[in-house]
Amino acid sequence: MWVYVFRRLLMTIPILLGVTIICFALVKLAPGDPVQNLVRPETSPEDIAKLQAHYGLDKPLVIQYFVWLWRVLNGDLGVSIANNAPVAREVLNAFSNTIVIALISVVIAFVLSMIFGIAAAYRPGSLLDKAITAVAVFGISVPTFWLGVVLVIIFAVDLNWLPATGMGSKGSDDFSYFRIEDLKFAIMPIIAFALPPFAIMTRTTRSSISEILNQDFVQTLRAKGLSEFHVICHAVRNMMPAGAAMLGLQLGYLIGGSVLVETVFTWPGTGFLINKAILTRDIPLLQGTILVLAAAFVLINLVVDLLQSLIDPRIKRI
Amino acid sequence: MKGLFWQGANRLVAASIIAAASFAVTAHAESVLRVAMTAADIPDWTGAPDQGYEGYRFAGYTMYDALALWDLSSSDKAADIVPGLAESWAVDPKDPLTWTFNLRKGVKFHDGCTWNADSAIWNLDRVKNSKALQYNARHAGMQGWAVGAVSSYEKVDDYTIKIHSTVPASMLPYSMAMLYMISNCKVTESGNNYGKFAEHPAGTGPYMFDKLVPHERLELVKNPNYWNPTRIPKNDRLVLLPMPEASTRAAALMAGQVDFVEAPSPDTIPALKGAGMQIITVPYPHNWDYLLRMNKGPFSDVRVRRAANMAINRQDVVDMLQGIATPAYNTLIESQPWYGNPVVYEYDTEKATALLKEAGCYPCKIKIGISTSGSGQMQPLPMNELVKEQLDEAGFETELVPMDWNALISVFFQGSGASDFDGINFSMAPIDASQGIVNKWMTTAAPPNCCNWGFYKNPEVDKLGLEAMAEFDPEKRNAILTKMNDTVMADAPELFIVHDLNPRALSPKLTGFVQAQSWFQDLTPIVVNP
Repeated sequence: MWVYVFRRLLMTIPILLGVTIICFALVKLAPGDPVQNLVRPETSPEDIAKLQAHYGLDKPLVIQYFVWLWRVLNGDLGVSIANNAPVAREVLNAFSNTIVIALISVVIAFVLSMIFGIAAAYRPGSLLDKAITAVAVFGISVPTFWLGVVLVIIFAVDLNWLPATGMGSKGSDDFSYFRIEDLKFAIMPIIAFALPPFAIMTRTTRSSISEILNQDFVQTLRAKGLSEFHVICHAVRNMMPAGAAMLGLQLGYLIGGSVLVETVFTWPGTGFLINKAILTRDIPLLQGTILVLAAAFVLINLVVDLLQSLIDPRIKRI
Repeated sequence: MKGLFWQGANRLVAASIIAAASFAVTAHAESVLRVAMTAADIPDWTGAPDQGYEGYRFAGYTMYDALALWDLSSSDKAADIVPGLAESWAVDPKDPLTWTFNLRKGVKFHDGCTWNADSAIWNLDRVKNSKALQYNARHAGMQGWAVGAVSSYEKVDDYTIKIHSTVPASMLPYSMAMLYMISNCKVTESGNNYGKFAEHPAGTGPYMFDKLVPHERLELVKNPNYWNPTRIPKNDRLVLLPMPEASTRAAALMAGQVDFVEAPSPDTIPALKGAGMQIITVPYPHNWDYLLRMNKGPFSDVRVRRAANMAINRQDVVDMLQGIATPAYNTLIESQPWYGNPVVYEYDTEKATALLKEAGCYPCKIKIGISTSGSGQMQPLPMNELVKEQLDEAGFETELVPMDWNALISVFFQGSGASDFDGINFSMAPIDASQGIVNKWMTTAAPPNCCNWGFYKNPEVDKLGLEAMAEFDPEKRNAILTKMNDTVMADAPELFIVHDLNPRALSPKLTGFVQAQSWFQDLTPIVVNP
């Protein structure tokens, strides 16, 4: 087991390196220059050159990459070109704003999708199944930014029940999920965050459970006289490894930051940060954020893999 | 009995104390003005704002002053400069390369440090002298251009400095209005570490830094000791929030989360009006146009440029924008002193087609770089679609190439020689004669020096430009600049489309705001009524 964990962690290193190389190259391929955001058209070429030297952008790309890598290995993610703040601090702040909301959303989505998915699978083709499938298809098809705007129009503008944007009157510094006033700011983003994973997981649960219910062992269970509730419990237990895998993937996607949802609600998380970093070509910030996210994604997958072997004894990790 | 009496009396006293206290609290309740900016992030707040002139507007002139300041007190005329941290200035009658600035006395920075000639020289070094301890490459990049024409400077006495220029620079005071003076004491105290200075920056402006939540909010408070008593803020706290999404800004205003919204999109204006919001529009020196490449390609022929200008039905564009713009026939707006009497190329598709045929470019293929968003770019996608439709009707074959704003900035910086675009849709801010005329049309302003993107070239214009820079009498200079602008406009060096009217939406609680004809605005007179 521990050997497996160690091997998996070791494997993350080439993955992270690959991600950063691709990302570094892509940002560089895109037209535009981070320094041009920091100067005016009238700025003299000499002043621009000094600024480029200041950020090390005058060096060849490969050198820039290795300089960055060396710093990262020494625990320094650099400073943002846009606001001079340490990237590590920026990313951790944004990450903490995203992770909580992503966890809440994915847990809500998971619980609901289990209930709806099982209900739909239990009587395939029934009215209930069709209704649930319709909701799930709607959830997959609706663009979340559109849903976000519609939620704002209904609940913030028309009904005035919930605040439209941000993280409270003092910002994320002073935000607490345990204060109703603050929690109100998170409700609409949570709904917009939770809808796509809810829809996807409902679909998956429905198909896995209905497949399991058609298997021979279920017939045996019924023949033995087990109650329907216990039969379902068996089916759910059988579907759990797949469920855990999709839960992990969905959580990973959400942490990657829903750029659109976070922009609509001005929620200062990682999606918001990445969007800003791309638009301003803030390379250190972009690199740092992607590195942290890739690491989080890999770790979540590792946790899921380990959980799977706990849930399902057939999966052995050596 | 007595006990009961005392208990009652005590309660009465306690109640009155609480009542008095709560009255005191209400009487001194802080009035907060919350502004939703279009910026994607909080502009640099250490005295070198980025993110275009929106950064200057909210993180510049709020906390900092310059030697000269923009007079933003009127909606009726294009804003001009007035004395700021300098009480007066004059060029040496015998030496047109030397300016004397007499500094204002009795001004203190927010940290208590005294403003004087030493602070002024220190600030000039900050952006000009790369050997100075306080030199900052970022500040030089953002603000150094203001002293681009300056060769040296020196202190004469505690409240007088001299600034020398390399060439006669009659418009130097305008540049000086763009260079913020930050507290030398505070930076020195921070060990010349601007990251540390950013934690509690100090200027001399009407607002003082209070706190910052990165990417989310910048909170400023009133400077009760501001040197200009008429501009001591009538609101106690100014909260600046970046909200790049137009629909988010509108929703935040209607939900009561902000009081003042920049650039609501035209389609949200009816809803905002319906909800009782004040929509304020006023012309300002903004120009939504196509910069044209004139050193090669179809637009090197003046007939093609005129044809393009005649192909545009500007009223259609204005109608599409629900009236938040006015038709443009010039870089400048009419209220600017150099507008003059320029040639106007009115909408006439047939004439445009005839001109194209005469020029031998029919159908005339052109490639235009456009952005998907950006500072001053208004609603670039639908607007460009409409412009393309109109151009094509007259005989152009327009190819629009969309890219993000940063990429278009890059195309602009490199000049028209570096790419194969015949034009770019790039809004600029002709806020003064230097940015609107001289640095836009003189051959010396061609890339990489400055802003003559399409390499416009006219010897007469170059001559007038030099004359204007050497003319220190404002009236005579304005006459030269007017002639210069008129001469340029006859050559149709740009495709003029519309001027933005800079809509803002304000909560009905706000009174006292005067929207100036400027990119900058004074927020100090705004009263936030309960």
